[in-house]
Order: sequence, then structure tokens, then C-alpha cells
Amino acid sequence: MNIHIDPHSWVRAHADYLYAYTRARVNDEEQARDLVQETFLAALEKINTFEGRSSERTWLTAILRNKIIDHYRKKSSVLLNADVRQAEDEQTGFFNPDDGHWNSEPAPKHFGIDDYDPLRSKEFDHILMKCMQKLPALWLSVFTMKHMDDEATDIILAELKLTSSNFWVIIHRAKLNLRACLQKNWI
Amino acid sequence: MSMGALDKITHNCKHATFLIEKKLIGRLTLREKIFLRIHLFGCGVCRLYQAQTTKINQMIRQLFLDTTKHDVKLTDEVKKEMQDRIEDELNKN
Repeated sequence: MNIHIDPHSWVRAHADYLYAYTRARVNDEEQARDLVQETFLAALEKINTFEGRSSERTWLTAILRNKIIDHYRKKSSVLLNADVRQAEDEQTGFFNPDDGHWNSEPAPKHFGIDDYDPLRSKEFDHILMKCMQKLPALWLSVFTMKHMDDEATDIILAELKLTSSNFWVIIHRAKLNLRACLQKNWI
Repeated sequence: MSMGALDKITHNCKHATFLIEKKLIGRLTLREKIFLRIHLFGCGVCRLYQAQTTKINQMIRQLFLDTTKHDVKLTDEVKKEMQDRIEDELNKN
């Protein structure tokens, strides 16, 4: 019998935390709620595997994390063609196709980010989130796993079934679009 | 190094930005390091890109460290539904 596990208090104790965790990674309120609910139900099914070596919250978060990765995987396979192609189109004009030199209009220019201290001010978080949400599902998944969760690259490759060269191309392309979006929308 | 080969390095901002991203989260080969060093020496735009993309990574990290402090909460109604589903499952057994 487990001592520190009590499904009767799960929602009260952990639902807001798990939901905030999910919302930071999944741009859809309803899907985020579903993921949290599914996490609780999945946890019930394997409650016997809880060994009390981690806290209840850590255990639930690990289950949720796998659900989120499944969600990414589904979303990126369904949407792969249309949204990736559109995002690639957005950056075709970034560089000269012959020698790879920046074209002058989309080239990086000084803007507000250069004197911005992310540790002190939160006012641009919403622009950042909006720009991230414009990325294709697959790119956002790769990007989120790497930059937010600091996941090891080989784990990301295995979980999203990518080759290493796919991975680096996605990391590069996602950042090109994200930076361009910030330059365009920063006030 | 021939002039043509040097031009290929100094002009290729697309490859330079690729290497900047790779360097931020992975490791460059010696050849890649040399490419990037020569390119950045002569390219102010890519130096600016490097500064900005590094800053963007910091912003993202900070944004997600703050995740749980953000004011994202479930309504009491949704929470009640969630707990009810759990109780239903518990009662099945």
C-alpha cells in the first residue's frame, strides 16, 4: 500500500499546476484540459506502479509529459505538410538563393530585444508566445522539447522519429521564423 | 585559401546562422568552428543575429521557468468535473 498517494485530493492539490505546465506547452485550452484529465485517469490505472520514490506531483508530471509528447506526435503527423510548407515559404526570401547572403529587408536589424532584460521584465512574453504559436506543430514540438524542457537531443530524435539532420534543420528554421516574427512585432 | 572559397564562407549567412543555432545547443566540428569564426569576423549582421538568438533562448527559458507562476488556472467547475471522473473510476473497482 502506498502512503503518499491520494486520488481523492489530486485535483485540489495538483490540477492547477499540471494545467499551467500543459498550457505553457500546448496552445489550446481545451486540449490542455483534456491532457490533464487523461493524466489523472492514466495515473489511476497504474497507481500500483507508484513506489513513493518521487513525490505524487513529480509522478503525475512524468505521466503528463508523456501525454504531451504523444499529443505533439499526433499533431505533427497530421499537419506536417500544410503548415511546414507555409512556414518554409515565409523564409524563402530571407537569404539570397545563390550565395546564402542575407537579403536586406528581412536581415536582422537592431530592435527592442537588444536592450531587453528577460530577467527583469515580462512585458514581451505575450509577443514571444504568439510568435512561437505561429510555428508549425512539428517545429514547435522540437523547439519546446529542446528549449523548455532541455530534453537530450537523442531522446527527441527517438520520440519524434527524426534524423539528426532533420533535427538541426528544424531548430534552425524555427529560430529564423521566430526571430523574424519578433523583429516584426516588437513594439 | 582561394578567393572563391573565402567568398563562400563570408557570403553564406544562411549556413552561418545554422551553425550559430547548432553551437547554442550542440557541438560544432572543427571545420564548422573555423567557418563560423571567419564568417562572424566579417559579418556584423550575423553577429547581431547571434546576440538576438541567444537573447531569445534566455527569454524562452525564463518564460517557462515562470510557467507555474503564471495566472493560468482551471475554473472550480472544471475541477469538480475532473475530480468526479476520478471518483467514478475509483468506484468502479
